[in-house]
Formats: sequence, structure tokens, C-alpha cells
Amino acid sequence: MADGSIGLWTVPLAVLGGAIRVSTPFLFVSLGECITERSGRINLGLEGTLVMGAMSAYGISYLTGSPWLGVLAAGITGALLGALHAGICSLPRVNDIAVGIALMLFGTGLAFYLGKPLIEPTAPRLPAIDFGWWSDIPQVRAALRVNVLFLIGVALAPILYWAFRTTRWGLLIRTAGESSDAARAMGHSVLLIRLRATMVGGFLAGIGGSFLSLFYPGSWNEGLSSGQGITAVALVIFARWDPLLCLWASLAFGGAAALGPALQSVGVTSGYHLFNAAPYILTLAIMIITCSPKRTLTGAPAELSITR
Amino acid sequence: MTAEAADPVEAVGTVAPAADPGFLQRHGGAIEYILIPGAALAGALVVFGIFVAMFGKNPLDLYFYMYYGAFGTWFSWQNTLTRAAPLILTALCTALPAQLGMVIIGGEGALLIGALSATGAALVLQGMPPLIVQIAMVVGGVIGGGLWVMLSGALRQYRGVNETISSLLLVYIALAVLNHLVEGAMRDPASLNKPSTREIGAANMIGSIPGTDVHWGLVFGLIAAIAAYILIYHTVFGFAARVAGGNIRAAKIVGLNVSKLILTICFLAGGAAGLAGMVEVAAVQGRTNANLAAGYGFTGILVAFLARQNPLAIIPVAILLGGISASGGLLQRRLGLPDASVLVLQGIIFVFVLASDALYGRIGFLKGKS
Repeated sequence: MADGSIGLWTVPLAVLGGAIRVSTPFLFVSLGECITERSGRINLGLEGTLVMGAMSAYGISYLTGSPWLGVLAAGITGALLGALHAGICSLPRVNDIAVGIALMLFGTGLAFYLGKPLIEPTAPRLPAIDFGWWSDIPQVRAALRVNVLFLIGVALAPILYWAFRTTRWGLLIRTAGESSDAARAMGHSVLLIRLRATMVGGFLAGIGGSFLSLFYPGSWNEGLSSGQGITAVALVIFARWDPLLCLWASLAFGGAAALGPALQSVGVTSGYHLFNAAPYILTLAIMIITCSPKRTLTGAPAELSITR
Repeated sequence: MTAEAADPVEAVGTVAPAADPGFLQRHGGAIEYILIPGAALAGALVVFGIFVAMFGKNPLDLYFYMYYGAFGTWFSWQNTLTRAAPLILTALCTALPAQLGMVIIGGEGALLIGALSATGAALVLQGMPPLIVQIAMVVGGVIGGGLWVMLSGALRQYRGVNETISSLLLVYIALAVLNHLVEGAMRDPASLNKPSTREIGAANMIGSIPGTDVHWGLVFGLIAAIAAYILIYHTVFGFAARVAGGNIRAAKIVGLNVSKLILTICFLAGGAAGLAGMVEVAAVQGRTNANLAAGYGFTGILVAFLARQNPLAIIPVAILLGGISASGGLLQRRLGLPDASVLVLQGIIFVFVLASDALYGRIGFLKGKS
């Protein structure tokens, strides 16, 4: 396949490229949500956080000329939205799922409002590292143009895995998620632990959003995220709250999401929209296979309202 | 205060208080149910006023145009009521399952599927008398939307899949199905720029209530809301549903068929949203295309929560939020606010309404303080 015309190989190559490129937002949101859910709370608002992150990253990158400042701004915006979620949830009798839905609508609305002037201009984008230099085939080179954020995300997954197991704050988060009584008995404020966990989760989800606007697809518009955030939240459930499994699941999702455009590029256009829905169908299918009404999922934090 | 605030188990573990049937009885006064959401709404309007003031707009102008665009003239009232009609129906899609303690947020998906099946029914029956076509559209819309949400209920009951996430995923899948059919099998070859299905035909449109420009969908919505209220609060079935929503174990012990309850309620919920889709096709659009994904399903979630999942309270709340979205155009023209400002306001209202849940049962304490 080294002689330029690669025919049907385009599809698996594009899926591979997609697994690398498209998976990054899934990866960041799911790792962030993993931290939040391990502390015993679910934040469905990360869909809104993702869009707000994308918008603020693009805006700051445009205003300052530095895409990395944009990434930082996206993270901070996400952390603020996370703080809002945790703050409202710490009031008595407030349901975290409902607050998440509210923040999903609020985040997307606010991003559309503030992002109106950003649809036209072009902001500096994040650079890519060319891992495909060894190949002459343009498709291979395109597939292997990797963004630094992806590498950070890939590194973050084992770090989080290790941190949950061995570090003090990892233990604290897990304690808050398994038994808030135990955490309280140890003299820690469960609300504070969850506030921090939700803010870190929001920070990561915001960065995931910055990838959308600053690298791939690489512009700001209102159709930028259609459900990636919520898919990533669902992904955490079947990744059994394990950061390493989140990584593999994100890669699978990126590949699934790239399937539609890849098939279109080789001329298969009939089921374009259905293939675009592949990540959602895949999520639903995997949830159907892995969930069970009889037992709680292994690895589920006991305090989590979504598993009950 | 401290004892409860320090107890996050309670905050996390319980579903929306409205799902608890004893809540109303225990707290007696309906005053709280008007006062607290009213205060939350007022608080949200103040925050939104501050928000637009930061962009150099006068908040008082904002309030005036919002009122004027929503309820100021007969024209704006008609606009408001036209928008309220689908909101009543999509709000029922969240409020009915909430009686069982389920959080369904997939009204938008059921609306789209309902619109598709209603359109399909009308196109198959072309040439039949309009009344038959219209009845077939209602049946098609209700069954299409009903089955779509029933899927989430079935997945929850038989596979333990979280219904909130599955219903939202089904929204995106419904949109993909709609685009697939509208650009493929059901496409009208004449629709070049905006792929659409064929028109259902002017004779089959359900038209307006005499003397107004408000279409009959409003009446559909009112009937559905009242029927839902009677079903939930004045029938044995509704009582059983509320028992199951309050305590699922108790419901099983007394021998209630929980699966049947969940599937039926979810079907009715989705049917309401599907009817909203049928109404949008048969009274507004005349055909199915991507325009139908206008967000009525998502605003309906807010309506349901603001109405505290009470089917009767949904009616005034839907009119209020229909008014807010009706005033969006005027805000855009007169104040130069982006069309997303309505979304921002809805988001702020939602956040305030949920935060105000903490106030229930504390109103005496608040009065004593001020």
C-alpha cells in the first residue's frame, strides 16, 4: 500500500485518524467526569461546559493571539461552571441530575450569546505534531497529525488511575464517593471535596472544549458540539469509573465518530446521518449490554445517584 | 440549617421533591408553590437584567420589551399562545415520568419522531377526507413519540440503563433518523435548498381557532394537560404511579405492576411530545424538515421543573415561557440582543428554580428574618 493509491484503506485510516483526533474531547470530558463521579456526584452539565470551553478558548485565542491562553481560559471557565454546579448541589434537597440539565442549557445558551461575534473571525489554532513524517501517503500523514492536548490526555489517564489508588486526595475523593459518613467521620467536609472534584472535572471538560474550537474542527460555530459532552458522561458509566478504560472507550468513540465522514470520502453517502449518529448508538448499545437491573455496576461509587 | 446543609446524602440521594406524593400534603399551603417559583423567576429576571446591563443595554428597556413582546398586544398574545402549545405537550413528557421518580429529558426526540410519523401517515393517506388524515396524524404522532420514550422506560426497567442519559442520546439519534429520512427516502425532490418531505396538503392542516391566529394545537395541549392531571391525581392508576414514585419497594410489596406503570407512563409522556411534533407539522410547518428541531423539547424540561411536575401548573408556566421566547424577536430588533439571549434567560431561570428547592418548608424562617 506504499504506492500512493490506497483505495479502500482510506476508511480504516480515517477511522484511526479519527480515533486520535476526534477522541480528545471525549477523553478530557470523561476523565473530568470520572473525577466528579468518583466523589459521589454526577455533573450532566459538562455538555454546556464543553461548549462554553470551546467558545472562551476561541475568544481568548483571538483576542490575545495565543491559543494556549485560550486553553487555559477554557479550563478556568469550566472550573467556574463546575463550582456553580457544586454550589447549587450543596444546598439541601437539590438534585444533582436536574442541576446538570439546567447548566447544560445555561452553558450552551451563554456560549451562543457571547460567541455571536466570534463566528466570523479566525483565531490562532493549536499546533500539531507530525508523527507521519516517515510516510509518503498523505492520508497517513493526515491521520498522524497529533495535537499535544491528545498526548496530555493520554498521559493523564494512567496518572489519574495511579492517583486514585495511591495518593491522599485520590483516597479522599473515593471515600466521599463511597460513604460520605466515613469521610465526615474522618473529619473532612464532603461538600468541599465534591466542590473541588467538580471544579477539576469542569476544568478538564473546558479544555476538551478548547480542542474542538482550536484544533478539530477548529472554528467556533453553534453546531460545534452536538452531544459529545453527554456521550462522554455516559462513557464514564461503562468505563466503570476507571480512567484507563475511559481512555480506550474514548478512542473507540473517536473512531466511531469518524466513520461517517470517512465513508463519505470514499463515496458511501447513503447513510451519512446514521453513521454520524454512530457514537450515540454505540453508547446506547454498550449501556444496554453492560448495565443490569439486578445488581449495581461493579466499581460504581455507592453515593452516586445515577446508579442507585 | 447546619444539620441539613451538612448532609449531602439527602441532597444527592433524593429525586425532585415534586416526585414525592406526600410533599404537597405535608406542607399544606399552596402559597409556597406560587411564592417560591415566583421569587426564583424574579431573581432570574434581575440577574438577567444585570447581565444585559453589562453589555450596555438598559435593563428597564429589556423588561418592557419582554412584556410587550410577550403579552403587550393581541398580536403578541397570539404569538405567545402559539409557542405555548408545543411547550405544554413537551413539558408533559418530563412531568409524567417524574411522578414515578424518573428524569426523562428526551422530549425533543419524541417530538421529532412524532412529527415524522405524523407526516408519514398524512403522506400515505393522501386523497382521503381531511378528518381521517388528521386523526391518522394524531395517532401516528402519539404512537411514534410514545414508543420512542417508552424505549427509555423499558431500558431503565429491564436493563437498568439510566433513563436521563438514554433519553438524551435518543434525541440525537432521532435527529439523525429525521435527517436521514428527510434527505433520503422521504425527500421531496422539489426541496432543493432545505431538504424536506412532501407537503401534507393545505386541506389536511388543522388550522386556527376561529377568530384568532392561534392554531388548534393549543387546545390539544390544554386537553392533554387536564387529562394528565386527572390521570395522576384522580385515578387509581395515577395513585399507583405516585406510590411507585414515592417508594418503589412498597409499591412492589403491595403488588403493583411497576413495569406496566413505567411503560404506560413513558408511552403517554412520549405520546404527548409526539403530539407536539404532529401539531408543529399539521399547524405550522406543513411538512417535516430540520426546522422542527427548534428546542421545544428542551424548553419543555424547564417548564416541567418550574411547574414542579404538576400537569395543571404546566399550562400557565408554558404560557409564561412561550411569552419569553415570543419576545425574543423584539429583543433582537429593538435592543440588538442576540437570539441566544432567550436561551441564557431560560438557563438562569432553570438554575434559580432548582436552587429554590432548598427553600421549601423554610418560608417561615425567611419571613422571621426580614
